[in-house]
Amino acid sequence: MIRYLLARLLTFLPTFLGVTLISFAFIRVLPGDPIIVMAGERGLTEERYAELVRQFGFDQPLPVQFWNYLTGVLQGDLGTSYVTKRPVWDEFFSLFPATLELSICAMIFAVGIGLPAGVIAAVNRGKLFDRALMSTALVGYSMPIFWWALLMIIVFSGNLGWTPVSGRIDLLYFFDSVTGFMLIDSALSGQNGAFTSAVRHLILPTIVLGTIPLAVIARQTRSAMLEVLSEDYIRTARAKGLSPLRINGMHALRNAMIPVITVIGLSVGTLLAGAILTETIFSWPGIGKWMVDSIYRRDYPVVQGGLLLIASMVMIVNLTVDILYGLINPKIRARK
Amino acid sequence: MTLLRIRNLSVDFATASGQFRAVDAMDVTVDPGEILAIVGESGSGKSVAMLALMGLLPWTATVTADEMSFDGQDLRAITPRTRRRIVGKDIAMIFQEPMSSLNPCFTVGFQIKEGLKKHLGLDRKARHARALELMEMVGIPDPARRLNAFPHQLSGGMSQRVMIAMAIACRPRLLIADEPTTALDVTIQAQILDLLTDLQAETGMALILITHDMGVVAETARRVSVQYAGQKVEDQPVGPLFETPHHPYTAALLAALPERATSRVLPTIPGVVPGQFDRPRGCLFAPRCAHADELCRTTPPPVQPPGMGLARCHYPLTEEGRG
Repeated sequence: MIRYLLARLLTFLPTFLGVTLISFAFIRVLPGDPIIVMAGERGLTEERYAELVRQFGFDQPLPVQFWNYLTGVLQGDLGTSYVTKRPVWDEFFSLFPATLELSICAMIFAVGIGLPAGVIAAVNRGKLFDRALMSTALVGYSMPIFWWALLMIIVFSGNLGWTPVSGRIDLLYFFDSVTGFMLIDSALSGQNGAFTSAVRHLILPTIVLGTIPLAVIARQTRSAMLEVLSEDYIRTARAKGLSPLRINGMHALRNAMIPVITVIGLSVGTLLAGAILTETIFSWPGIGKWMVDSIYRRDYPVVQGGLLLIASMVMIVNLTVDILYGLINPKIRARK
Repeated sequence: MTLLRIRNLSVDFATASGQFRAVDAMDVTVDPGEILAIVGESGSGKSVAMLALMGLLPWTATVTADEMSFDGQDLRAITPRTRRRIVGKDIAMIFQEPMSSLNPCFTVGFQIKEGLKKHLGLDRKARHARALELMEMVGIPDPARRLNAFPHQLSGGMSQRVMIAMAIACRPRLLIADEPTTALDVTIQAQILDLLTDLQAETGMALILITHDMGVVAETARRVSVQYAGQKVEDQPVGPLFETPHHPYTAALLAALPERATSRVLPTIPGVVPGQFDRPRGCLFAPRCAHADELCRTTPPPVQPPGMGLARCHYPLTEEGRG
């Protein structure tokens, strides 16, 4: 197992390099000049511009710039934001908990509903619930996130007034960040109503961000279950006189989990991408919004570092998925 | 008293091209402690009939029967919940493919103990003790260690032994073995059959052995029911059946046994079992039968009296040849 893990970690190297190169190139391909953006409307003199170009190292050839950046990254230095002058690491870790909190909630929402729904649909294949769920899932999957978010805001925040429109918590409440997770911090603060407010702020972003993973997980669970349900060992389980709950929920589901875990892992990647839209719409102060803002500001180190960190997250999730395979199915464990 | 009585069992499958009748008016009776062999080619409905009895057919199947009773209880009228109390406890079944019949995600011990908990309500310790005992009964060496093994760590023969241990765990009164040796090596086949007959003698349970191997039948069964294209065509004790088969199909099956061959080329039965679209109007075996005439091709044959092995034939064979 440890040898396998090391081997997997080695394959991360080329991916890591690739992501670094792509993020470096991508931001430079975009038209716009970070120095001009920084100067704002007042503009700046020729001499000052030339000085800044030298200061940021833009006068050097691109390969040299990339080499400088890469050596920095390998030493754990992602650079400093042009705008806030704070290290990219610091910014990332102050904002990441917000995204993580939202992503975890969205994933719980998606798995918590998608998995049982898929199982029930497979067991009742061809019946009304199955058909209804599969069409709903298709709609959910095809829905543009931004449009879905606006729709939810109009209905639940605008017309019904049930949920707030944006932010993580009402401005009434103020407390120091302990964990960075608003749900935990608000509960710890002991302020009356703070926790409820945090929950209310989370509901809509969670639903919006979780919709696509929910649809994907439900469909994948259903098809994986259908395949497993026709296996010989399911017939054996039924021949033992076991209850349908035990047969479907244990004998079948455990075998069906392999493909489902795969899509859950892939969904985490989509989730981080989806977070960019969702966070922007709901003014959620997470890394999605941070990335978008940085692109507008042409804040090169932040965009590069942010992309790199997000990609690393996805790689870690994939590795976790691989480890889970082995835990679920002993046959896969043995093959390694 | 009869343990299992099935009369006029039919099973239809809804397929994309219409109804398909897999089992047609089949009768099965089994007495306590009896070994019945059901013989027939692939597609003759042997397995499907037994799966219908177990309630294991997919939802596309429609099962009808005039009678289907086990130990006096009408299996047609009971709820799924009641059936689950009988299936796995009083009636157990083992299958053709032992390797794929065990769940790859759970240990052998877990899968054996599961039924003990459900049907006998044994506690942890008692379950473990019984599982060990069962593993020994089916001849698995080093049972304590094997209980923690996963199915992929076992050979085919071992897997089938585990399946048998699982099936007899709750001391069933009827064990259905659906071609239990087909997927196994020839050397293992004999071992598994011996194991089954030994266990049958030891526990006194009834055994239905589904097979297409007449050799297996001769060695194990006491009574034989021959199945063709979903119908029972003959039913006799094993001795008389091998001596004087009354149905031409049975006779043809026996003639195809290598041990009985008189020439260098084995006799075969020409053609295949009729399918969904080429079902004959008269006797289902008529197109392949050496003795068939116009009557056979146009009129379904009657069932002959027990003296003639309940043969479903217009012209049952006798010792002197065609009757």
